[in-house]
Amino acid sequence: MTETPAASATPAPESDAFPESRLLEAYRTMVLARALDERGLSLQRQGRIGFYAPHSGQEAALIGSALALGPDDWVFPAYRELAVALVRGAPLGAIVDQMFANARDRSRGRQMPNHFAFADQHFVSASSPIGTQITQAVGAAMAAQRRKAPIVAIAYFGDGATSSNDFHAGLNFAGVFGAPVVFFCQNNEWAISFPRERQTRSTTLAEKSDAYGFPGVVVDGNDLRAVYAAVRAARRRAIAGGGPTLIEAQVYRFGPHTSSDDPHRYRSDAEVATARQKDPLHRTKVALVDAGRLDEPADAKLWEEARAAISAAVTSAEAVPPLDPLSMFEDVYATVPYRLEAERREFAALRPDEGRRP
Amino acid sequence: MTELTLVQAVNRGLQVAMRADPDVLVLGEDVGVNGGVFRATEGLFKEFGADRVIDTPLSETGIVGAAIGMALYGLKPVAEIQFLDFIYPAFDQIVSELAKMRYRSGGQYPCHVVLRAPYGGGVKGGLYHSQSTEAYFCHTPGLKVVVPSTPADAKGLLLSAIHDPDPVLFLEPKRIYRSVTGEVPDGDHRVPFGTARTVREGTDVTLFAYGAMMPPSIEAAETLSREGISAEVIDLRSLVPLDEDAVVASVEKTGRAVIVHEAARFCGFGAEVAALLAERALYSLKAPVARVTGFDTPFPYALEQLYLPGTERILKAARASVAAG
Repeated sequence: MTETPAASATPAPESDAFPESRLLEAYRTMVLARALDERGLSLQRQGRIGFYAPHSGQEAALIGSALALGPDDWVFPAYRELAVALVRGAPLGAIVDQMFANARDRSRGRQMPNHFAFADQHFVSASSPIGTQITQAVGAAMAAQRRKAPIVAIAYFGDGATSSNDFHAGLNFAGVFGAPVVFFCQNNEWAISFPRERQTRSTTLAEKSDAYGFPGVVVDGNDLRAVYAAVRAARRRAIAGGGPTLIEAQVYRFGPHTSSDDPHRYRSDAEVATARQKDPLHRTKVALVDAGRLDEPADAKLWEEARAAISAAVTSAEAVPPLDPLSMFEDVYATVPYRLEAERREFAALRPDEGRRP
Repeated sequence: MTELTLVQAVNRGLQVAMRADPDVLVLGEDVGVNGGVFRATEGLFKEFGADRVIDTPLSETGIVGAAIGMALYGLKPVAEIQFLDFIYPAFDQIVSELAKMRYRSGGQYPCHVVLRAPYGGGVKGGLYHSQSTEAYFCHTPGLKVVVPSTPADAKGLLLSAIHDPDPVLFLEPKRIYRSVTGEVPDGDHRVPFGTARTVREGTDVTLFAYGAMMPPSIEAAETLSREGISAEVIDLRSLVPLDEDAVVASVEKTGRAVIVHEAARFCGFGAEVAALLAERALYSLKAPVARVTGFDTPFPYALEQLYLPGTERILKAARASVAAG
């Protein structure tokens, strides 16, 4: 977890513009993320995984922001940041293993799908309570500040989280301490069934930063380049000692809140259809086609490759044995304490015929 | 060895840890320039500066959330919650995040945070400066909970907490912050978790207590001794992990148990000790297990001395236990 400060602690002035050479790579990740969403919901409907939280419609915000980060930056996700994990280099197979909570899952089957952690990528463990990661990101940023590491922490959260205790506490702390943190709010218009306009009387979510004494910016979250540039600028400012920024990326959640949600209860198909006209994948694809870097056959091939890679990961994940039940007692503490050891023995003795490994 | 009060011992423990390791830092409300409302962090700001003794805005969830982020990054934060009564805005961070971080990440993210909190009554603090709600935290897997009752243990358990790989709630009995003094070993003195301390050996009844309930329990044992009753006194001091073997061994010897705590009785820590004795020492018991505790009411400001267990109530329970069989 120790950061090695880069050779140059003060980054040279740089353009915040999206590097066009990475546009195809970004689009490929968007396609993979969208295809994973489709497969994830389908696997849940088939009863093969227990849960899924889709991000369709938010790919440009997720991938644009993640591409703007440095490898030593720290990500504090909510639970809709699968595409960020992909950009950070979390292997597709590891993400799918987590969905199946199999014996290969790096989080050892402890959490629902989408609540993963990838320490190698500084992608911190996600949880379900809303907003708790915001103050944690500020703490990590304060720690980096003390170590003089030229990095930022980025906190991902949604519009609903702007009403949480930790949003207020986190933004207030960050302002007071000038912490190098980027608050990345994906306003997808719906906190389950509760619409954005009722979450707050503020005109924008970004303007809330005014009260904490640092800048807030609104960005079109369907515009990969705009998101990248906004995060890049916030990151540069934070590393230079300029403190935090609140970014509101305006997006739309095409799908349900999670696999347990039926959005027909609270919003119209017409609203979704309108939002889908601004599909970030389409927009990025058009940019690539216009630049002569993609055509329909090549696009179809990208989708084919993405779906094949996911199918291979799913097949592999389903072939992995289930978790060792006795692992339930591990990682509660650094070492299994006396009391848990006794419970583990008691548990192991319950059904020895099931072939539990001792 | 140095003669110190309990709060001075906390202060020395922090100082020793901070001198030894630049990653150890303190954060909380009024901990810096002011040295803490109880002066537990007195002098640290001057010695270590504002980067390591951090006065925070007034938000417990901010303090604990930030401490978690610092710990994930690799620092060793010691957060002060000004009174245990004010910890609840951070309950989500403690119970949902801190306690579960290692588990939910499959061991990828250990989260080593020490939370210090003065607790307990007897200081005319009313409802919100008096409570003893350790049971909420003892009930949460992933946390460790310790409560010193002597200056030496205050320093030794605190230094163990700071070097422990797991999150620790370190509860400080504020009622005896200054009324108890004792010799404290110099330097990096550590008291291992999971070990109870036998304060006084006896053969007829065991008094189990911790924190600010130790002085009245010890006084009761002295009185009992003059009455010809030999009371063993055990300071549990490490509630999680609990020294179960010491609890059981003592009752196997004495056959009688009186559990003393100032927290409310129902689902209090004493219930866990009583359950342990029922499970592992039932056939050694000569009398029903007795609990001398706070009552199942909110903490009563004007009547606190009647609410809190005192020597008389402990004596009465111990005598009844001995008379029972």
